[in-house]
Amino acid sequence: MQTQTHHKPCTSPEIGGVGHSLRRVEDARFLQGAGNYVDDVNLPGMLHMAILRSPVAHAKLVSIDSSAAMELDGVLAVVTGELMAQHNLAWMPTLSGDTQAVLATDKVRYQGQEVACVIATDRYIAEDALRLIDVDYEELEPITNPQRSLEADAPLIRTDKEDVTDNVSFTWEAGDKDATDAAFAKAAKVVSIETHYPRSHPSPLETCGIVADVHPATGKATIYMTSQAPHAHRTLFALVAGLPEQNIRIISPDIGGGFGNKVPIYPGYVVATAASLLIGLPVKWVESRTENLISTGFGRDYYMTGSLALDDNGRILGLRTDLLADQGAFYSDAQPTKFRAGLFHIVTGSYDFDAAHVTAKGAFTNKAPGGVAYRCSFRVTEASYLIERLIQNAANEIGMDPAEFRRMNFIQPEQFPYTSPTGFVYDSGDYETAMQMAMDMVGYDELRAEQAAAREEGRLMGIGMASFTEVVGAGPAHTYDIAGLKMFDSAELRVHPTGKAILKLGVKTQGQGHETTFAQIVAEELGIPATDIAVMHGDTDNTPYGLGTYASRSTPVGGGATAMVARKLRDKARKIAAHLLEASPEDLDWEPGKFSVKGSPDSSVSIQDIAFAAYTNHPEDEEAGLEGVHYYNPPNMTYPFGTYIVVVDLDPDTGVWTVRRMVAVDDCGVRINPMIVDGQIHGGLTEGFAKANMQWITFDEDGNCIGSNFMDYLVPTAWETPRFELGETVTPSPHHPIGAKGVGESATVGSPAAFVNAVIDALAHLGVTNIDMPVLPDRVWKAIHNA
Amino acid sequence: MYPPAFEYQAPDTLEGALAALAELGDEGRVLAGGQSLIPMMKFHLAAPAHLVDINRISELSYIRRSNGSLCIGALARHNDVVRSDDAKASDVVSSAAPWISDPLVRNRGTVCGSVAHCDPEGDWNSVMLAARAEVMVQGSSGSRRVGIDDFIVSYFTNSLETGEMVTGVCVPIPSGATGGSYMKLERKIGDYATVGVATQLELADDGSIAQAGIGLTAVNYQNTRASAAEDMLAGEMPSDELFAEAAAAAASASDPQTDVRGDADWKRNVVAVFTRRGLAQALASAGS
Amino acid sequence: MQITINVNGTEHTADVEPRRLLVDAIRSDFGLRGTHIGCDTTSCGACTVLVDGVPMKSCTMFAVQADGASVTTVEGLKQGAELSNVQKGFAQEHGLQCGFCTPGMMLVSTALLEENPDPSEDDIRWAISGNICRCTGYVNIVKAVQWAAAQNGGEEG
Ligand SMILES: Cc1cc2nc3c(=O)[nH]c(=O)nc-3n(C[C@H](O)[C@H](O)[C@H](O)COP(=O)(O)OP(=O)(O)OC[C@H]3O[C@@H](n4cnc5c(N)ncnc54)[C@H](O)[C@@H]3O)c2cc1C
Ligand code: FES
Ligand code: FES
Repeated sequence: MQTQTHHKPCTSPEIGGVGHSLRRVEDARFLQGAGNYVDDVNLPGMLHMAILRSPVAHAKLVSIDSSAAMELDGVLAVVTGELMAQHNLAWMPTLSGDTQAVLATDKVRYQGQEVACVIATDRYIAEDALRLIDVDYEELEPITNPQRSLEADAPLIRTDKEDVTDNVSFTWEAGDKDATDAAFAKAAKVVSIETHYPRSHPSPLETCGIVADVHPATGKATIYMTSQAPHAHRTLFALVAGLPEQNIRIISPDIGGGFGNKVPIYPGYVVATAASLLIGLPVKWVESRTENLISTGFGRDYYMTGSLALDDNGRILGLRTDLLADQGAFYSDAQPTKFRAGLFHIVTGSYDFDAAHVTAKGAFTNKAPGGVAYRCSFRVTEASYLIERLIQNAANEIGMDPAEFRRMNFIQPEQFPYTSPTGFVYDSGDYETAMQMAMDMVGYDELRAEQAAAREEGRLMGIGMASFTEVVGAGPAHTYDIAGLKMFDSAELRVHPTGKAILKLGVKTQGQGHETTFAQIVAEELGIPATDIAVMHGDTDNTPYGLGTYASRSTPVGGGATAMVARKLRDKARKIAAHLLEASPEDLDWEPGKFSVKGSPDSSVSIQDIAFAAYTNHPEDEEAGLEGVHYYNPPNMTYPFGTYIVVVDLDPDTGVWTVRRMVAVDDCGVRINPMIVDGQIHGGLTEGFAKANMQWITFDEDGNCIGSNFMDYLVPTAWETPRFELGETVTPSPHHPIGAKGVGESATVGSPAAFVNAVIDALAHLGVTNIDMPVLPDRVWKAIHNA
Repeated sequence: MYPPAFEYQAPDTLEGALAALAELGDEGRVLAGGQSLIPMMKFHLAAPAHLVDINRISELSYIRRSNGSLCIGALARHNDVVRSDDAKASDVVSSAAPWISDPLVRNRGTVCGSVAHCDPEGDWNSVMLAARAEVMVQGSSGSRRVGIDDFIVSYFTNSLETGEMVTGVCVPIPSGATGGSYMKLERKIGDYATVGVATQLELADDGSIAQAGIGLTAVNYQNTRASAAEDMLAGEMPSDELFAEAAAAAASASDPQTDVRGDADWKRNVVAVFTRRGLAQALASAGS
Repeated sequence: MQITINVNGTEHTADVEPRRLLVDAIRSDFGLRGTHIGCDTTSCGACTVLVDGVPMKSCTMFAVQADGASVTTVEGLKQGAELSNVQKGFAQEHGLQCGFCTPGMMLVSTALLEENPDPSEDDIRWAISGNICRCTGYVNIVKAVQWAAAQNGGEEG
């Protein structure tokens, strides 16, 4: 595959196919305050739910007295675990095959766990009632880190499981241990790192919520919820609640950001639905920010050690890593069934070597469960961070420039498709071109010269780099599933008689602009102007089944489905065109928007005319209509990549570092809408910066969550956020119908290491080799003083 | 996250507010910008029975210079200070104002509300310590001026008597060459200070330091005057060495906690760094 | 308590408890749902409205405090049948993704341009720093405001 600096559109701006920066069709409603988010849904008679949560991290639940709450005017019900248990709903399955308490019955296992729910006529009243519920807890030792969790005398967290005797949630390994041992045995040098990728939270600006409306007469459950995966959720609802699946309609309306937070099913959804079923009125529950941060899906929290074996020349021979995952009280990671540590084993990154071995263990702790892919394709973020930090340290140790070290060890363009030592088949890449572009943009050599001079003056500046490879677009059915559901995705396309079309998707936008970009894919394939195509998604009664939007899978999988269904229609259109032009189908040429007879271009028929004919004058041996559906099973994952370079200035007196420059060169294959791609990258870089600089959740020794609201869980504003400079190369995916790779997460995956590497680079000459994220000024200051 | 119920009134005169406070006694509480009180009520950290909203008392909405002082009325918002030309008379006041919380909170929150709130992480009381401000207090039985050191009692505690409220705060503007600064280490816009240091230097005609003011934010259970450091500076000719000594003394006056914002030793170090830099900046602006 | 608030030029009345937050009055009592809620700590600005022209966080004001005031919400940004330049700028420069922060961002931007018709990038970033966006990384929001400023300038000049 040829790498280009950018991709030229094949369609005219009027058609607006792939490569045009069309303005978004969804904007019109948002700009006028006419979006329709879950909290905007109001139904007649609707009740409001509030949740009482455990104030303690680990305790026996002795008793709940809700009598005073019940007496408050406007309170209809107080739902407890006991009541849920009567309906067999006190526990629910997680996405990782564990079970999670819906409302506590036996113990509470983390601060913020759901203990009881009040259903009232008004949210203010519901919350007042929470304060009248009296719960008696008998406190147990809280386990606040996985190291303690694995000690022999640690109290058992999962007393709900019969034959469980320890706090281990999983063990897993990948790669080749013997080959890796051999590589290390012959290494001239071994470079190691030990680091914690701290707990983080996607915290989209809109919290999670639901309006559950179970019709008392028909039993039809219409559920409006903040869902990144409405179809999968419908199936899980059917399984959890025992409702017939045809009677469940999940509508995921406008979503105020997801980033992985809206992939799991949360207890609040289940209770609100049960309450609506029992009471016969719609029930709304919308999380507060505090609830969002203390109880719903977090990301990361991996303790990682890694070692690189190097030969005399600095070539990488092998990689060994060991992981310890802090999973909280329930194992509810969202990731493909086969991969207990997600796709972490892509940890070999952009580098070519033969041997790698990964071992991983998960531990239960008294913290909120989650382990979602926070703007990440299943742990690739942790992996990318680890390898890029190791690369920086290895270069420093052998005294080689980190860019040169990368250049020497990169997988070369001619090696693609490239099989990694842990079994991933990378589709395409050209790492050096992207890196060189980033270096040119930032003025790498000048910066190195400046740095040398600065060190002489005692001034500290650093240049950090990350050359990541991501793996997205899960995934091929033979390998990837979520809770047993294969990770295909779907698109249904109907072209109406006037040549306008409606596209229905199994994936679901949370701000990525699907209503615009997916129309562009159809425009590319059929030549119907993108503005003539309406995109529907998020309503399970009206869209084909799909696994949803996360792990950057919309474009690789849903986009593939869209291109393929459009091609199906194009094949049929060819037959109709042949009928209209009285030629044989093989004798027709296609260009976006029309078929013409080979050799006589004046004899042509437009896609609009064909559409009309499909309903008015179709060939006798063809069905009428021009519509179809495609379930796309991707042949492989896609592998976006890029190089990010960060320049920081560091104040040694306070440890405060500030970003002077941030250059990001991304290669996500063909860009459907370059404007939207840039927007995705800006957002991802910001989250990467946030994690490197300020954004984390920690716990005190009693298991109290520190980071439970936006005063403590810091998300950057426009003021702190660096001013990003973007560059691009285009290496199409050879197996994707339109060559696109997916981009929603590259920047979050790749950038944290670039920021941290920059700080380490500023301090390396003092002997500093690691500072864990977030790289807080006190950590920097101490590193300088202890160096 | 909803506040508990309360009774409410919004008098449009100071007299009316004082009468209401007198009548309500311990039940009554002043609502100014609400940017501290309302968030606390949402978390049920405060549950006042009765709020006396002073936002309609336009006579309290002033910033003015009179009799050698800069006076800020109880309804002057943080952003009124940012925009005020009069406030530029005090470097320490005008350099702190833009760094209070965020632009929207500054449109609503008041300087006096912050002074009254006595949050040790609040910035204004350090500024007032450095500037040796006086708090104007009024009750239905009369008014008094309270020096800022006496006004601040402790963690979230001021020395107002039942029925009294703050009507303004006055910062003396020394006649001699004076400069000041406020240095704040915050993790992001909208964050409270991890460490804040307010400094003010008043120079005598010979260039020696007539009086120094240093107030520390977020490193004690209340905003703290670094008195030993101030004493060390008074009467001396300014120099880098002197500032370094004063900085060390200011650091000793702090007693920070190790917490999620950082380690106590580091915070103490930042107090020293900011004191040193702040004094240098104050000196530079006094000279200009 | 009985309150009357002029929202976007229309008088709205409601009988509310003193503790009712302005944002809830706007969203639930007046039915204007473009104003959002994103946090509990006055940190995010999703709830931003203009109260007598000044941007404020409507989650940190009681509705009774706005009695008699004029409030502008996102629904009031349009200039007649047309989008305002700030609204157009957000579309033009891709200043929004999920749209949840957008009403607040546009309202602070509108107030900024009233006060400072030709803001620098720093001015813009400073003015929007009480509002959080989790999607855009702010780059295109800055461009959107610059676009609107240029457009406004063009119209006046
Ligand atoms: C997101 C956010 C970030 C913030 N960041 C900072 C920061 O960085 N630095 C900082 O200093 N502050 C910060 N604050 C607090 C803000 O500055 C408040 O405005 C200020 O502390 C209180 O002023 P207020 O007018 O809002 O008072 P209110 O909230 O109305 O009142 C606070 C307290 O003072 C009492 N009170 C108020 N006025 C009077 C009076 N005139 N007489 C007697 N008692 C009175 C009230 O009864 C109440 O107990 C922040 C607030 C928020 C929401
Ligand atoms: S909801 Fe008002 S500031 Fe977040
Ligand atoms: S566009 Fe989603 S929060 Fe700003």
